[in-house]
Amino acid sequence: MTRWFRQPPPRGVLLTLLAAGLAACFVIEQFGLVDDYVRFVLITLGINIILCVSLNLVNGWMGEFSVGHAGFMALGAYLSACVSVKWLAWGDPLWMFPLAVIGGGLLAGAVGFLLGLLSFKTRGDYLAIITLAFLMIVKSGLENIPYVGGARGFLGIGNQTTLLSTAIWTVLTLWAIRNLVYSRFGRGIVAVREDEIAANAMGVDTRKAKLAAFVVSSFFGGVAGALFAHQLQFINPSVFDLVKSTEILVMVYLGGVGSLAGSILGATAFTFLSQALQPLGTWRMVILPLLLVLLMIFRPRGIMGMREFSWFVPRREFPAKEEKK
Amino acid sequence: MKPLLEVRDVTMRFGGLLAVSDLSFEVTPGHAHGIIGPNGAGKTTAFNIITGIYAPTAGDVLFRGESLAGQRPSNIARRGIARTFQNIRLFRDLTVLDNVRIASDAHARYALPGAMVQLPAARRAEQETITRCLDLLEKFGLGDAAYERAGDLSYGSQRRLEIARAMALQPALLLLDEPAAGMNSAETLKLVEFLGWLRDHFSVTMLLIEHHMQLVMTFCDRITVLDFGKTIAEGTAAEVRSNPKVIEAYLGPEDGHE
Repeated sequence: MTRWFRQPPPRGVLLTLLAAGLAACFVIEQFGLVDDYVRFVLITLGINIILCVSLNLVNGWMGEFSVGHAGFMALGAYLSACVSVKWLAWGDPLWMFPLAVIGGGLLAGAVGFLLGLLSFKTRGDYLAIITLAFLMIVKSGLENIPYVGGARGFLGIGNQTTLLSTAIWTVLTLWAIRNLVYSRFGRGIVAVREDEIAANAMGVDTRKAKLAAFVVSSFFGGVAGALFAHQLQFINPSVFDLVKSTEILVMVYLGGVGSLAGSILGATAFTFLSQALQPLGTWRMVILPLLLVLLMIFRPRGIMGMREFSWFVPRREFPAKEEKK
Repeated sequence: MKPLLEVRDVTMRFGGLLAVSDLSFEVTPGHAHGIIGPNGAGKTTAFNIITGIYAPTAGDVLFRGESLAGQRPSNIARRGIARTFQNIRLFRDLTVLDNVRIASDAHARYALPGAMVQLPAARRAEQETITRCLDLLEKFGLGDAAYERAGDLSYGSQRRLEIARAMALQPALLLLDEPAAGMNSAETLKLVEFLGWLRDHFSVTMLLIEHHMQLVMTFCDRITVLDFGKTIAEGTAAEVRSNPKVIEAYLGPEDGHE
């Protein structure tokens, strides 16, 4: 990965900024400092960042092409809704909601494991088709389960996704995926993209690497789905269709493959652009794809493709300061 | 001495094509063992069988007396067989350090959840890997290039990096697939020196495929000659050189020419 090898930030700056950001979220929430629309957009932004960085693990760092991310979102959304509305409705949201989100992530992660098994045999286009089939199965499966409302949808979900909880989950996701990417597992995942035969010959169990990528990616896809369900308070299967998956793909390829900074950038640009273009109505879905076409022509790896903002890179990755001879 | 690697009656068939037929040879620990033969003689196929990329149609490969049948390539690598490739297969978009680290990671022991929440053990293991890899790169004269993109290195440096990457696995046996490919005679001489250093410094056993006769004849302790997937001769350089079959099939009627 070509990185921006500038200097790492002074110690503690990133942490201070994070703490300030989270505190700001808390204060805004507590005193109602922003109107509902701004709050809605900010929460959407957080969810989109989680979706984008988690899909980037498979499509960017590992170099595969999955179009099934909305399916994992759906699994997380529905399971968390079951937890918060049906199974643990009596619980205090303070512990019940995180549990619902984690539950949604775990279900998505478990299904991601199965999808990962398929990636041993099929790659590239074939795997893309399999993830597409998976997406269709999830959607039509949910449409036929009366327990979760079938095609009519799941109603009456609590408004538990707050600005603060979204911010916390966003930071946790980015942190965990950064740690993964800069560990032996992350390097294994990248090695699969670079050269699978050489990776195997260098002792990387590429099957485990693929499983790790799929499980972690789908877990956080499920987490995002859970937050999404408790933001909208009403979900139905048709929300989680190919268009939703495509939106996440646009974010990934807009911001940049294999980059945390790119994931944040892509999700931010997409979120704000699609809000700003709202008045254009249907034309929005002409302009956004057009943007993607132009991007693929001029910057095929995205704005930040394979590059990283040095603040997100662990300190140990930088060359040690050497004493001048 | 017990052989480090035993190839026993290995046959490899691709459809109707017999790539390797009843190949048998042994590699003694500490030796540099050469495999020579004309193009298409089955040398690289033999390498791919030893490293588990292909499963042989018949026969067996034993490493330290244990069969490697059915082992995944990554497992064989972890057991101590490292290799380079005929046309360099580096992770071109990664840094030189990351290339070496990926191989070195085979010896790191920390779990995925631990890595994701940055447990101290995982951090320490990471730091150790970096230190070890920087050391290794220093030994291979690539210390200054550690943070450069591997694909940006010169051809010679890329070859050296590929060997350094293989050595990061800390292998007992190193397979080199045409290490002198694309080098002129002066560079080849340097390579012989380098391989000697490698063998002494890391006390690694080597098995190498090479077209460059001079390199094989001066460097290898033992040589196996293949032609059309079959072993036609085996022995020391002197023995192979005087073997009439080899002269006829490979070296040509006159002595000393390729």
